[in-house]
Amino acid sequence: MRKVAVVGVGETKFSGAQEKTSVELFGEAAAEAIAESNLKPKDIQALFLGNVLGDFSEGQGSVQAFAAESIGCAGIPANRYEGACASASMAVRDAFMWVASGFYDIVLAGGVERAATMGTALATRTFSMFSDSRYEFPSGITFPAVFAMLAHLYSAKYGIPLEKLKEQMAVVSVQSYKYGMFNPKAHLRKEVTVEAVLNSFMVSTPLQLHDCCPFSDGAAALVLASEEVAKKLTSKPVYIIGVGQASGGPLVSQQEYLPRLRAREISSKQAYDMAGVTPQDIDVCELHDCFSIASLIAAESLGFFEFGKAGEAWMKGEADIGGKVAINPSGGLKSKGHPIGATGAGQVYEITKQLRGEVEPERQVEGAKIGMTDTLGGDGSTLVNMILERGW
Amino acid sequence: MEYKLTFKDYNEALKQNKLLGLKCNDCGTVTVPPKMVCRKCSSPNMEVIELKGTGKIQTFTTCNVAPEGRESEVPYVILLVELDEGPWVMGNLTGIDPAAASMELIGKKVKMTGNAVFPGDKYSAGDGARPLFSLVA
Repeated sequence: MRKVAVVGVGETKFSGAQEKTSVELFGEAAAEAIAESNLKPKDIQALFLGNVLGDFSEGQGSVQAFAAESIGCAGIPANRYEGACASASMAVRDAFMWVASGFYDIVLAGGVERAATMGTALATRTFSMFSDSRYEFPSGITFPAVFAMLAHLYSAKYGIPLEKLKEQMAVVSVQSYKYGMFNPKAHLRKEVTVEAVLNSFMVSTPLQLHDCCPFSDGAAALVLASEEVAKKLTSKPVYIIGVGQASGGPLVSQQEYLPRLRAREISSKQAYDMAGVTPQDIDVCELHDCFSIASLIAAESLGFFEFGKAGEAWMKGEADIGGKVAINPSGGLKSKGHPIGATGAGQVYEITKQLRGEVEPERQVEGAKIGMTDTLGGDGSTLVNMILERGW
Repeated sequence: MEYKLTFKDYNEALKQNKLLGLKCNDCGTVTVPPKMVCRKCSSPNMEVIELKGTGKIQTFTTCNVAPEGRESEVPYVILLVELDEGPWVMGNLTGIDPAAASMELIGKKVKMTGNAVFPGDKYSAGDGARPLFSLVA
C-alpha cells in the first residue's frame, strides 16, 4: 500500500438555509481544494462524494456526476456515498484506499448537504430515516430522541445524577461555541453560557436546544494524492496514516452495549492499529458532537477518557486546547455546523489546517502533529475514524 | 433463504396485541425485532414465538419536536424496554403525563397493554404498529 496525502482542502461557510444549489456549493469547495493543490480539474481522476438527502432537499439525485461535470472534471468516475452523517468520511476513506492501492494517483473527495434548506419539520422527518423505519419510527423516534435516551441511559449506567450530567453536557456545548466564534466558516458564531444552555428550549428530555447541533447547509472538499505526487505539489503534505470503518444494527439491537456504540470501538481500533499510535498520541480530534452527550460517548470510546468520566474531563479542561487532547477546536458540529453529507470532509479540512498551523490563533492547537476524525452515521449504523499526520 | 418472521407478519400480529419474536433452536436466545439469523449465534434455525410483553424500562425520553406530519402527537414518551425474554424493543409509555417522566422510570417494570399504529406517510411504504407499555403497579 502506498502512502496517501491530503494535498489541498476547500470548504464553504457552513450556514442556515441559503440559495446555492448542491452542485454550486460543492463546486466552490472543490475549486478551492484543487487550486490549493496546484492542480487543474483535468488532473482529477475520480470523485468520491458524500450526499445524504439531496433527493429531499432539492429533488436532486446523482449530484456527484453533475458536480464532476460542472467543475471541469467531465467523464471521470463519480461515486455518491450515503452513510447518514458519516457519508463524507466514507467517501474520503474509499478515496484513500483507491490511491493507496495504486489504482489512482489523484482523487477528489468530499461532501455536500442542504439540511437547513429543508426546514426543521422535513429535516426531522428525513434524519429519522436513519433509525429503523419499520421497528422504531412508528414510536415517533427522532434523531434528538435517540441521543436523549442515550443521555438518560448514560446517567443511570454510570451513576451520575442527571443534574450533574446536564451541567457537564452544557460545558461541552459552551466549549464548542467558544471556538466556533473564531471560525469564519462556522454556522453559529455566538457566545453561549452554561445558564443559556440550561434555559434553552427542551427538544427531547434531557436534551435542550443548545445540546443539539443545527441543521446546516455547506460543502467541503479534499484532494488526495499518492506520496510521490504529493511531494511535487506541496511542501506541507498531511498524510492519512490510519483509517477505520464499521457498521452496527438498529438502536434496539445494540441493547446492553449502549450507551457505548460498538461500531466506534471497532472502527477506531482499526485506525489506531493501522497508524501505530495510541489515544495518548492524538494532539487534536474533531469528533462527532451531534449532541452534547454524543461528545462524552465518543471521547470515551476513542480512548481519551475512562467510561463515565468524560464529563469530568471537560469540566477540568482536559478536552480543551492545552488539555490532554484538544477536542473540536473548529466549534464542532454544535457551532461549526452539520451539513450531514459534508461533515466528515469538514472534519478532515479542520485537522489538515490545524496540522499545517493555518487556523485562527484563538483556536490553533500549537505544534499539533497528529490529528484524528470521528464521524458517526445514524445511531451507530456507520462509524468512520481517520488519523492524519503532519508530513514535514 | 426466507425470513421466518417478516415485518408484515410481525406488524399484523402487533396490531392484534401480539408481540412476536424468534427463539433460536441452537442457543435459546430470543431475537426481536426479527432478523434472518439469531442475534447471538447467527444461526438461522429459529422459530416464531409469542412474547409476554413484560419487561423493564432501560431508558426513555419525552419528545417535544416531532417529524413532519406527526406534530399533533407531541409530547410523547419513547421507551427502550428490556423484555423478560432478553431483547430490547422500542415503544411508547401510556398512562402518565409526558411532562412528568423522570429518571425514576428507569428500572421500572412495564407491561404491553396495547398498540398504536403510525398510519404511514409518503415515505414509509405503509403503516407500522408499535407496542404501548404501561407501568406495572
